[in-house]
Amino acid sequence: MKLQRRALLRSLFTAAAVLAAPRFLFAARPDAAFEAENADAAITGAFDGPATESDQIMLKIPDIAENGAVVPVTVSTDMADVEAIAVVVENNPTPLAAMFEMTPQSVADVSVRIKMGESSPVRAVVKAGGKLYSASKEVKVTIGGCGG
Amino acid sequence: MGKPIKIRAKIKGDIAEVKALMPHPMESGARIDADTGEAVPKHYIKEVVCKHNGNVVLNSFWGTAVSKNPYLAFKFKGAKSGDKLEISWVDNTGDTSVSETTLK
Repeated sequence: MKLQRRALLRSLFTAAAVLAAPRFLFAARPDAAFEAENADAAITGAFDGPATESDQIMLKIPDIAENGAVVPVTVSTDMADVEAIAVVVENNPTPLAAMFEMTPQSVADVSVRIKMGESSPVRAVVKAGGKLYSASKEVKVTIGGCGG
Repeated sequence: MGKPIKIRAKIKGDIAEVKALMPHPMESGARIDADTGEAVPKHYIKEVVCKHNGNVVLNSFWGTAVSKNPYLAFKFKGAKSGDKLEISWVDNTGDTSVSETTLK
């Protein structure tokens, strides 16, 4: 095969591979981050760095949760280029509760229900435009939701 | 095979608002069975994938702190009546469930 043709095919192949590769932040679930027993370690494990406080994150969660087994939480933001959202319950045995990976089609507005073992700050972490942001709310729990 | 996922979706303009309910025990491994006195083993959904017409619109990773019978609400752009929405999950035992709905 002529050298130019081989070089052309190689560059086309590489280009195709790059386009075909899913542009996800996470190739797989960051298991270690979910096992981390400290909120900062969990965030660093999941996102590779600490977050800075932001007032552009809307964290909707009750001030007082009657039932710690089912605490509704909604995280939304109008920030541009949101790549991922995470919910961290600081005083839980393993603080990282959930992570949501966005795609170009996503709207940065997710809701989930979480378990809280005891009263705790709950942090919403948002990765947007390559940077990490967070917002936190203190949630009081009447009956803890982790054990029997 | 896990239990089917209940999906409610509505389109507002260009955006689909989806609410899903997934029956699942979501055991954290911390709960003690009252009868046996032993901890109930971990049994929880680890990953949830939401697809619109075959394209992933949301990829979720969960830990043991997501509540039993998980509720998930999310939104995505580019939705039209007749489009397909598929939600699937995998749990830590390898069990899976997939449910599909057509957007109205």
